Amino acid sequence: MKLTKYLFAAALAGAALSFTSCDSSKKESKGALGGNLAERSFVAPGEHDEFYAFVSGGFSGQLSVYGLPSGRLFKVIPVFSVDGEKAYGFNEETKAMLNTSYGFVPWGDSHHPDISQTDGVLDGRWVFINENNTPRIARISLETFETVEIIEIPNTAGNHSSAYVTDNTEYVIAGTRFSVPVPQRDMPINEYKGNFKGALSFLKVDPESGEMDLSFQIMMPGFDYDKAHPGRGKSHGWFFYTTYNTEEAHTLLEVNASQNDKDFIAAINWKKIEEYVANGGGKMMPAKYAHNIYSDETHTATSTMKTEVLTVEPKDVPGAIYFLPTPKSPHGCDVDPSGEYIVGSGKLSANVTVHSFTKMLDAIENEKFAGEAYGIPILNFEDVLAGTVVQPGLGPLHTEFDGKGNAYTTFFISSEVVKWKLGTWEVIDRKPTYYSVGHLMIPGGNSRKPFGKYLVAMNKITKDRYLPTGPEVTQSAQLYDITGDKMELLLDFPTVGEPHYAAGIPADLVAPNSKKYFKLEDNKHPYATLNEKDVKVVRDGNTVHVYMTMIRSHFAPDNIEGIQEGDKVYFHVTNLEQDYDVPHGISMIGANTSELLIMPGQTETFVWNANNQGVWPFYCTDFCSALHQEMQGYVRVSPKGSDVPLKWSLDDE
Amino acid sequence: MKTTIYSLFVAGALIIFSACTSSETQEGGTESSNVTTDNTPLGQASVVDSESDPNILQVAIGSPDHTTLVAAVQAAHIEHILVNAGPLTVFAPTNAAFDKLPEGTVETLLKPENVGDLTKILTRHAAPGSYNIEALKKEVRKGRNKLYMATDDYFEITVEGDDVYVNGAKVLASIQTSNGIVNVVDEVLLPKE
Repeated sequence: MKLTKYLFAAALAGAALSFTSCDSSKKESKGALGGNLAERSFVAPGEHDEFYAFVSGGFSGQLSVYGLPSGRLFKVIPVFSVDGEKAYGFNEETKAMLNTSYGFVPWGDSHHPDISQTDGVLDGRWVFINENNTPRIARISLETFETVEIIEIPNTAGNHSSAYVTDNTEYVIAGTRFSVPVPQRDMPINEYKGNFKGALSFLKVDPESGEMDLSFQIMMPGFDYDKAHPGRGKSHGWFFYTTYNTEEAHTLLEVNASQNDKDFIAAINWKKIEEYVANGGGKMMPAKYAHNIYSDETHTATSTMKTEVLTVEPKDVPGAIYFLPTPKSPHGCDVDPSGEYIVGSGKLSANVTVHSFTKMLDAIENEKFAGEAYGIPILNFEDVLAGTVVQPGLGPLHTEFDGKGNAYTTFFISSEVVKWKLGTWEVIDRKPTYYSVGHLMIPGGNSRKPFGKYLVAMNKITKDRYLPTGPEVTQSAQLYDITGDKMELLLDFPTVGEPHYAAGIPADLVAPNSKKYFKLEDNKHPYATLNEKDVKVVRDGNTVHVYMTMIRSHFAPDNIEGIQEGDKVYFHVTNLEQDYDVPHGISMIGANTSELLIMPGQTETFVWNANNQGVWPFYCTDFCSALHQEMQGYVRVSPKGSDVPLKWSLDDE
Repeated sequence: MKTTIYSLFVAGALIIFSACTSSETQEGGTESSNVTTDNTPLGQASVVDSESDPNILQVAIGSPDHTTLVAAVQAAHIEHILVNAGPLTVFAPTNAAFDKLPEGTVETLLKPENVGDLTKILTRHAAPGSYNIEALKKEVRKGRNKLYMATDDYFEITVEGDDVYVNGAKVLASIQTSNGIVNVVDEVLLPKE
């Protein structure tokens, strides 16, 4: 009986508990903890996401376009790596995009996308992104969502402290991670110290066209320049770079570059250097680097090899460059929206160090220097320190801001995002990531105007988070709601390649400008055929040019005869459609290249080698219409010297 | 006895739990149905696109001579067919062509209960492929003078002088659209008895 009473009481308690949990779940649906997470990242069929996220593909070399909060993948924009799906780097028009001073490079390592800004606010015109391995900066149009420009960066290696834009996109910058001999020469590796240089590059951006021009390179001491951030607002006109390996070690850097208690944040007054250069300062030196531009009129890229670059020695511009001591090999270098705070995350440090721009100016004005390195004044750590976030986690990497006075820092070793308050440096919240987070992104979170609704953490390791796919498993992004005091994990979603860094922007700043198709009347491709009546096949020795058109649902011509063994056949194919979302594709049996995927109004070219006699088919590779399967044709290849005349037809006419 | 009491209360607690759960599910269900039942029967016809070349539906809507046809298409809810990737050739009877039908025919067809008949009649005016006047002449020239319609009918194409007729209806003009051809005709295409 006692036992019965006991059970009765226990059951009541159980019921009470269940009521309690029921109550709390009702609160959850109003926006507190847990509960309705799925709803808050759910975008109903047919509805649009609130934000675009441009997520770097890391070692995939590309840039993927996601929607937030849904995490839906819309497109993978090929940037530094060839892409057979879109013929990028395969068709004759885009091969030049991947030209470098080393020749054609089919792969790249894309790292840091950054969206163009006006007055420190995202303007949604272009995305810039750097290639780490063969140093380059690319510009992607947010009208066509295609890569429209790639410029190589000379005197640079491991182009990592890149590609960030100033408040008005005056410059996009690139910085070397691996210092190298400048100019390159044969010399002993162990003579690194004092001889290698770290080039920091400033690329002027044309305010109308967006075209980049390498204005000048600052030849800094041979440290590793890891990350960079432009000054914002009050610090506009400055650029800040974290450095490590101020030891100038050339081997076993994991030990030898971790000797100094503090490395530096380099503060560079670029306006001062810009003025110096404008007045004839700096020295031209020979350099070889490619500048590749894609035209939406010719639908073709051109590559120009540049031959010199303007270099600036720090000692020649006194008062333009200073070193701010920062503990333990700082990685992330982030400036808050006001421009006052410069956050340096020492990746081996237990703390996050925050410098004050105001204090920095004051120390400079009063010439309070602790010493100098290669002629560059070093400020006193205490003089420029704004505050320290004490022991917030292990392995701090990157910080972004919500525009409400809060900062969010990732911690690689302890796998978490930590929210802390600017000014008081107190930790407000921490949330785990799954696992080993690198960068994080808040739309606009590195600008003067963050859109502080969501935070995306980008993880290097996922292990058990998804269905396994053999030894290689996906990397991931995680979406947090940051509108409340506490962060809430809403969603995690797989990414393409390594989600190294990302840039986010409200969709309404971009979507209305998205191009629907290319106007045929504007098509200036030298091999364009703008009317089906004008199709032709032209022989020039062993080279044959086919001027072809495509429209639902046929090619013109679709029968070609008179091709001979050994001919090199160029198919120049124009999509005559003038309708949204009606691309056509084409490929040919045995082609040693990719398909073409041709947008309405566009012309593209692939090469086919007529190696064997016979009759060889080609077809449309993109399911275009109800008669897509009928969209096919044949090429007859005759023996060399055959008297079969060159002719072409559609419907035998 | 003790066991019974225990079970009862466990069951009670479970009910509470499940009630809780089910109410949540309902809430969620209601919310999602609110957003998903919004789906318009217009399908692709609801896409806003003022930049691309006009499609068959847009051309028809823009033509003052085809108000009856457009009203019929809308009554039959087949707008989405006319904006599809196609390619499609649509024979578009003018208002005058509809006027030639026995009095009351159009009014009767437009009644909701006759939507099936209306749809079939309209669908009979569409052929897969792109056939403008020149292409229709070529079909005749090449002996391919039977045009397959979307309703499984074959209509004869005939040429008299410069004029082209389909099933006896004269093709007055061809208009190229982004997703096919609109051929204006002076008769409603009805199956030959």
